[in-house]
Parts: sequence; C-alpha cells; structure tokens
Amino acid sequence: MRRLVVGGLWLVAGSWFVVASLQAQVTFERLVRAAEEPHNWLSYSGGYFSQRHTELAQMTPENVRNLESAWIYQLNSREPTSTRFEVTPVVVDGIMYIVQPPNDIIALDAVSGRPFWTYSYNPSPQARPCCGRLNRGVAIHDDRLFMGTIDGHMVAVDAQNGKLLWDRTVVRPEAGYAFASAPLVVKDKVIIGPAGGEYGIRGFLAAFDVATGNEVWRFNLVPGPGEPGFDTWQGDSWKTGGASIWLTGSYDPELNLTYWGVGNPGPDWNGDNREGDNLYSNSVVALDADTGSLKWHFQFSPHDEFDYDAVQIPVLADAAWQGKPRKLMYFANRNGFFYVLDRRTGQFLSGKPFVDVNWASGLDPKTGRPIRVAGKAPSAPPGTLIFPGNQGGTNWYSPSYSPRTGLFYIPTWANYSSLYVRDKVEYVEGRRFAGGGARAPVPGIRTGQGGYSWAKPEEGYGAVRAIDPNTGALRWEFKMSDLTWAGVLTTASNVLFSGGGEGYFYALDARTGNLLWKTQLGSVIRSGPMSYAVNGKQHVAIAAGSGLFVFKLRE
Amino acid sequence: MLALLIAGAATSLALAQAPAATPPPPDGEQLYKENCIECHGPEGDDVPDVDLGRGRFRRATTDPELVGIVLRGIPNTAMPPSNFSEAQASAIVQYLRAKASRAAASAGNAASGRAIFTGRGNCMSCHRVNGSGARTGPDLSEIGRMRHSTDIERAIVEPDFMVAPSNRYIRLVTRDGATITGRMLNQDIFTVQLIDSKEQLRSLARADLKEFTFIDKSPMPSYRGKLTAQEIGDLVSYLVSLQGGGVQ
Repeated sequence: MRRLVVGGLWLVAGSWFVVASLQAQVTFERLVRAAEEPHNWLSYSGGYFSQRHTELAQMTPENVRNLESAWIYQLNSREPTSTRFEVTPVVVDGIMYIVQPPNDIIALDAVSGRPFWTYSYNPSPQARPCCGRLNRGVAIHDDRLFMGTIDGHMVAVDAQNGKLLWDRTVVRPEAGYAFASAPLVVKDKVIIGPAGGEYGIRGFLAAFDVATGNEVWRFNLVPGPGEPGFDTWQGDSWKTGGASIWLTGSYDPELNLTYWGVGNPGPDWNGDNREGDNLYSNSVVALDADTGSLKWHFQFSPHDEFDYDAVQIPVLADAAWQGKPRKLMYFANRNGFFYVLDRRTGQFLSGKPFVDVNWASGLDPKTGRPIRVAGKAPSAPPGTLIFPGNQGGTNWYSPSYSPRTGLFYIPTWANYSSLYVRDKVEYVEGRRFAGGGARAPVPGIRTGQGGYSWAKPEEGYGAVRAIDPNTGALRWEFKMSDLTWAGVLTTASNVLFSGGGEGYFYALDARTGNLLWKTQLGSVIRSGPMSYAVNGKQHVAIAAGSGLFVFKLRE
Repeated sequence: MLALLIAGAATSLALAQAPAATPPPPDGEQLYKENCIECHGPEGDDVPDVDLGRGRFRRATTDPELVGIVLRGIPNTAMPPSNFSEAQASAIVQYLRAKASRAAASAGNAASGRAIFTGRGNCMSCHRVNGSGARTGPDLSEIGRMRHSTDIERAIVEPDFMVAPSNRYIRLVTRDGATITGRMLNQDIFTVQLIDSKEQLRSLARADLKEFTFIDKSPMPSYRGKLTAQEIGDLVSYLVSLQGGGVQ
C-alpha cells in the first residue's frame, strides 16, 4: 500500500481516521479492509459485504437539511437518446470513476466534478442488450479499471491516463450476450457474468487475470451434460436456459466464497419446454473465488415463469441469529420474499414476504422452497394476475443493511401486480426468446420514463421498507407516489439516502423513516447513492436522468 | 388410410413440381408478438412518438425503409438489430400496415359528427379542439391518433367503463376548508397538480390537504339514447379525423 501522505483528519462514527490524499494503488488488502477507509468507495456496493453502508458520519439527522449541491456532471454521450444512467461511481483518493452510457469510462475530480480523461469504447452494432444500452460501473485493482461492455468484451484501462491495457472478446453480442454490471475484483482476478436472459443465452460466471485478461475459470450457470444440475433441464432446453448475471456479487474473505444472484430461465414466461427446476436460474450461488467451483447454491424460485430473477445484491452480515453470532446472507428477492441464509453452508434460515404475494402461499419451513398456488401461472390473454408483478417486489436497485440500526432497507414496489401472458416461442439466435409478456392491469397509470403519475395507491407505489431481518417484520415504510428505481445508502450516523421515479433525492432518519431533507433532480433516479469524502468533507452522489449529482454540507 | 393416400399423392406432386418444399409464409402478427411487443406494446404505441399500428413512425415512411429498420435496428438506440429473414421482416411490416389501414377505415360522416360535437352534443362545454372549447375535460385535438375508434365509441356511450388514468378527476379539501375539484395532471410524494373547474392550473402540497379523493365516475354524461346509432357513428368519425396539427 502506498498510503503515506496524510491529507486530513476525518470523523468517522466517533473515531478519527487518517485520510490519504495521494492516489495509491488499490490492492486486494485495501478492498478487504474498505470499511477502514470510508472516504473512498472502492467497489459497486461499497465493500465486499455489499451493505451499501458508509462509516462516514459527518452528515447527521440534525444537519442533513443543510445539504447543498457540490457539483453536477452532465453526460455528453454519443447516444443522445440514452436516458438510463445507472452507474454507482467508484472513488479512490479524490478521483471518481463513472461509466457514461454505453461504455465510456470517465475520471473526474471528486472535488470539482471536472474530468481528467475519458476512455471511449465503441461497441459493435451487433450489440442488443435487452434492457438499455448502459453500464453500472467499473471495478478497480491496483492502477487498473475494469469494465464489461454491451457487446460482450471485458476491458482493462489505466486508471491514471484512461489508456486501454487489454481487451478480451468474451461472448457474442449477435447471440444476445451483453455485460451491464460492474465486475468484482477478488485477489488477482476480476469476475463478471453476462446479461441476455431474454435472448436465450446460456449464463456463466467467469474470472479473468487482472494483468493479462486471460480467463482463469468459468462456472456454467446452466449446467451442461455431465455437470450436476443438468437433469433439471428438459431435452436441449439447457442450451438456451438464460440464467444471466445483471449485478455485482459479494465476497467473504474468510470463507473465500463469492456470492452471485442469478437471472431468470429462458424463455421467461413459458416453461413448457424446460420442465424441471432449471438450476441455477433464480438462485444465489456460492463459488470458491480461486477456482470457480460451486460450494453451495440456493434456488429461490424453481422453474420460474414470472421473470423473478434473483438479480438482487446478496448482502452479507455478521450478526446474531437466534441469539448466536452467525455468518448470514440477507436477500430481498424479486419474488416478494425476504430470505436469511447461512452463507457458510447455504442453509435456509428464514423467508418472509415483504410485499403482497399470491403465486406462493409461503415457503417450506425446512427447505425454503416456495409452496405454489394452483392456477397461478401465465396464461392466454388477458393473462393471470400475479402479485408481485413482473418487476418484482424489488429488483436490481441496491438495498442497504445498517449494522447500526440492525435494519435491512428494501427499495420496494408495493401493491404491485402484472397480468402474465403465455405465448409460444421458438429459439432463433439473436432474437428475443421470451414466450409471452407481462402487462399492467391498468394501462397508462404512469408514464414509462417518469415525469407524470396518475396512479392510485392501490395500483402500486414505490417505497423504502425497513424490516427487521431477524423476524421479517416491517419496522417502517416511506411511501412514494410513483414507483422506485433507486437504491438505498445508509450511514453510520443513521442517515438513509434514496430516491425514486419522481426525481426526488431525499434523506430519511434510518431509525424512523422520517423525512429529513429532499431535493428534486428533474428525472427518474435509476441508481444507488454512494458516499465519499475528500478534503475532510463528506459527499453523497447519485445518478439521475443524464446527470451525476453530488451534495455536501453547506459551509 | 384415405387421408394418408391423399397426403402421399400431394407430396409426390409437390416433389415433381418443385424440388424444395415451400415453407408457409411468415406470420407477421406472431413475429410481432414474439419480438416487438415488449418495447412497442400490443397496439404498437408504447414508444413515444411512434404508433406502429397507425402508420406513425419517426424515421421511416416506405416499406423498404421499415424492413431495413426491422433488420438492422437503429444504431445507438434501444431498437436492436435482428436476425430476421427479409421475408419475416416484410411480414411484420405488412402486418403493421394492415393494422393501420383497418384503423383508418371508419363508417360515419365526419362533417355531421362535427356538427353534433359543436352543437347539440354540447361537447365543447368541457372539451377543446384546435383551440376552441373548454379545458376542463381532455383536449381532443389529437384524439384520433391516440385512441382507436372502438374505444372512442365506448367512451361516448359508456363513459364510466374506463377513464384513462391521465383523465382522472380528484376532489381535494384543504386544511382551511376549501374544496377543489378538477382533472389531475400529476402527483408525487409531496405535491399534486390539477386543472380546476375554472380552468386554473393549481399545485398543492399534500401537507396542506385534509382530503385527497379520486372520483371514480367520469364527469361525462352517457350519450346512449340521446344520439342515434348513426349520429354516434358520425361523431366517432369526426373524432377519429382529429389527428392533431389543426392549429397553425
């Protein structure tokens, strides 16, 4: 580590920390001990446990009303139609790294927002990402930044000057493969998996050598002949089984296990030709970080026909379970249940609905397998009404866990349902492979891109729900009018930041849900907040519309 | 057995006449449902400024241009390239063209319908067209682009059947006791916007409200029994003819 020069002192949850102001290499040791340098935000979720929680405590429930704009960075993308800016910035010693849609890495001065350099990647015209030409962020190791591209490349770029170090073709965009998530660095490897579950891809997780880009291991998320789980697929359906990766995984350094939420089986809404559980779709997998071998898996929604992919962040916590300390995983799933698992073994500990659920009457208390309700499956038009609807009780927007409050915070779609329609489908490479669709029971209650909402609360609303992870009980709820696409950040000083489809970015008291501060950013927020400090001042950043908005306390 | 013999004869005949069996023509409707509906919607009007079911496109006018977009996508936008054959892409375009021409056909007399609209129908006491009429109801200057004729007819005879969410009426009571009714324009966590019965744009803080109620019934009266079937047909034709662009 090259953390030699003392740049200032920083109050962190009651302790004084030394802040390095020189740029130092981001070693694996620094990533493991990220919580000890909270002025930096070194990975997508802020740390290997993915709690999206900062130890920074300068912003408090008492003073957060004094937030003001520090700076705004407006995108200057080659794609003017792109409005999905879903990045979580990475900040290292005063330098911020973001990805501008589709695949431009930009290094910014975290004090002023002025750019140092832009690395512009030109994706193939064959790219066909299902759900937006976007990218959620970079990973960093030493002086290298890593990015997956929408046309299936992995690239490494010099963090100091934005020059390309290596570029590996990993998957074929013409077959619907794309990278959207921020990779995860573990030791000397960078791990990622492809999106494309709506195109009949066959998903996997792969690790690449940080120095060379050579692939080191690969784990098939749809097992092939001879691999365990192959018998959960009918006939040749495994070849087009989906099981995408949309989001960054987590890591436990002590167990050396990396955890990833896996996407839906293909085709999404018609499971007729893929009888069986369809492993490892809609599961969380625990892999040995050195070899990629499977240690355990837990499948939330076997044989899914609701697009309930498990593309949520696996949040790790060392907390008490029934009075004893235990290595836990908290997982708020798109299928409407909140799960607690033992992350050493994958044992199911508990699962409670956090929204209305009508497709399952509950979970088997021993195994956690859902108890299906007869007749609740996609059908001919107008379809079957299912709670939660197609976007789920929650989705890719990050939750947060605060070790201070002991609460788990879920960006929630409440009272939300869809009409699921089954249709026939045939696989043709590069074409959508969905087998039906899902529609709103009341068309037009809100505009797709935000800005207007005419919905009644009983037609669905966005919320931040705080639940006690030990019981699944709701502690409080902050209701929005429109739905939410925003993640949640908590601080050691009990401030919670989030936003929603209406464009408000706000601060709540993490203990009570009381509103402390708000501002209007003028567009849908489709990202998770993060926090960093520079020159002794805490900042909070959020992407919304086509801008990155950064706030600090008024001086 | 008979069926088998006939089938066998047909096969021999086909083999004799054309060495390669002709595949059935691509089903444009099915291809549309499988590949396009997720973004464009069942009626083809989910993408802003695009209404595939009524011949409204942003970048193309001719069939070859449309086929080209289906095949190659629109670079740097959400419209992806596809792996369709030319015949399949053409089938999708033909399906959309047929849908558009069905939408354009209407039976009534638009001129008579206009007379009803501006005269004894008293429609302009609430609705506005091309700058004339009231603003408390929805402006209908582009209703022909926005709604299908069957939906327009249903709205005239059965206005409560479905009030479009963007036309919902609300009743607000402020903390100081004032009651405000009007058509809701927008809402969020903290505020609500409406046009009130005096055609004033209002924005109120939810914190200042004692009551906030959605009015489920449409304020519009039913014209069932008040107009003949022919008159309703004429009125529908007039409304379908309102395609926007009427104000210079």
